[in-house]
Amino acid sequence: MNPRLAFLTGGRVLRQIKADPRTVGLLVVVPCVLMGLLAWMYHGTPIFDLIGAALLGVFPFVVMFVVTSVATLRERTSGTLERLLTTPLGKADFMIGYAIAFGIAAVVQAVVAAAFAVWVCGLSIAGALWVLILVAVLDAVLGMAFGLLASGFARTEFQAVQFMPALVLPQVLLCGLLVPRDQLPDVLRWLSDVLPLSYAVDAMQRVTTSADVAGDLVSDVLVILAWIVASLLLGSLTLRRRTP
Amino acid sequence: MKNGDVAIDVSGLTVRRGGRRVLHGVTVAVPAGQVVGLLGPSGGGKSTLIRAVVGVQVVESGAVTVLGSPAGSPQLRRRVGYVTQSPSVYADLTVRENVRYFGSLVGADQSAAEEAIALVDLGSHAEVRVQNLSGGQRSRASLAAALVGRPELLVLDEPTVGLDPVLRRDLWALFSRLAAEGRSLLVSSHVMDEATRCDRLLLLRNGRILADTTPDGLLAETGAADAESAFLALIEREVAA
Ligand SMILES: Nc1ncnc2c1ncn2[C@@H]1O[C@H](COP(=O)(O)OP(=O)(O)OP(=O)(O)O)[C@@H](O)[C@H]1O
Ligand SMILES: [Mg+2]
Repeated sequence: MNPRLAFLTGGRVLRQIKADPRTVGLLVVVPCVLMGLLAWMYHGTPIFDLIGAALLGVFPFVVMFVVTSVATLRERTSGTLERLLTTPLGKADFMIGYAIAFGIAAVVQAVVAAAFAVWVCGLSIAGALWVLILVAVLDAVLGMAFGLLASGFARTEFQAVQFMPALVLPQVLLCGLLVPRDQLPDVLRWLSDVLPLSYAVDAMQRVTTSADVAGDLVSDVLVILAWIVASLLLGSLTLRRRTP
Repeated sequence: MKNGDVAIDVSGLTVRRGGRRVLHGVTVAVPAGQVVGLLGPSGGGKSTLIRAVVGVQVVESGAVTVLGSPAGSPQLRRRVGYVTQSPSVYADLTVRENVRYFGSLVGADQSAAEEAIALVDLGSHAEVRVQNLSGGQRSRASLAAALVGRPELLVLDEPTVGLDPVLRRDLWALFSRLAAEGRSLLVSSHVMDEATRCDRLLLLRNGRILADTTPDGLLAETGAADAESAFLALIEREVAA
């Protein structure tokens, strides 16, 4: 592993993101619009505080999943990945580079969305704002790792985009956003106890509902971290230096 | 360099792609410090051989030794420059950003990037995004991204395709200059006229080496007037045999 090469790659990915102002705009504006929509829908009820926080955990995951799976697939089909793997850049450097770039993008997204939710939509957070942002960044890195993994199994952009409903939607359905997790049928509850997005959403909801959550929050974060490491390791198996 | 003056040593290389054998026990040596042309008809296995040399091709059997090490070894990654057949640069970045990035991976600084851009005559387009370049400009940007690290061995898959005669001449002159500096080049092409620009020629057809010779040797052997008819003569001779 070579941190310098990882940073150089992260810088390159950031320049690519910057070169596409419309994507940057969508990345920042869409969560705010959806947040505003929710606040409006649940105007005058306490539901927004719960769902709004959960959504702050879902956005970075979904967005980074899609962006990474498409970006990595583009690296594969354009031949740039083949070329990169003949240079001193290692597979770990490649993935960490992507994690750095999309991590930064996630910070921007999370800061803007959280600020909008709190100050414009009136979302109440009991805990610290920085914890909210930290969890959002972890969610983004998790989405990135999942996207990388998914792109290893996609041959075309169409397939890559289809992995979104296949891998992400079930997690959104089971993460406690629609039905509280402890009210799910047993099998589904076990499933939701395994899936990482459940912990991301739990963590978000803990930050908003209570100021003193250190213990539970740490265990949520540890589960998310474990999933990140596992999917990055699996994802690295899909980056083959030699191809048929 | 070990292995005396051999840059690439391929022995008994067999490759299977898509369920079919596309290289049949290819054995060939590429001398160092020369421009070696890899010529042959479309689908003959040029890109496959090149991919094996840079270590990105899964091979069935055989050995490929590059600059004294097995192809694809970590110690080769700074010493070998590779240009894929279709331009492999980032379309959403400028020429300069691309060349600087690929250069930075092999430790080349910004002045090396400017030099590489000038070598492929893209100085006036350095700030243009690759997606706004013409096809030939794109492939030159891709070439610059390989030149920037001043590698000892350049492996170029059809770098002159789609270029006009003037640019082609300039690039082949550049290749000769690089070889004169002591660097080795393996350049594929399916334009037979370009054979005369090389120090040595490898003719690859249907996954087999048809000839390993010099341009003069090829003409003398076949009695043909130009490279193209020499190549056709060789194929006819093989078909007849
Ligand atoms: N990705 C692939 N999967 C399966 N088979 C492939 C693949 N790429 C090439 N082949 C097959 O391998 C053979 C050799 O292809 P290769 O690309 O090496 O030819 P080439 O000499 O470079 O041709 P060209 O001049 O058209 O670039 C062809 O028969 C082709 O069908
Ligand atoms: Mg080819």
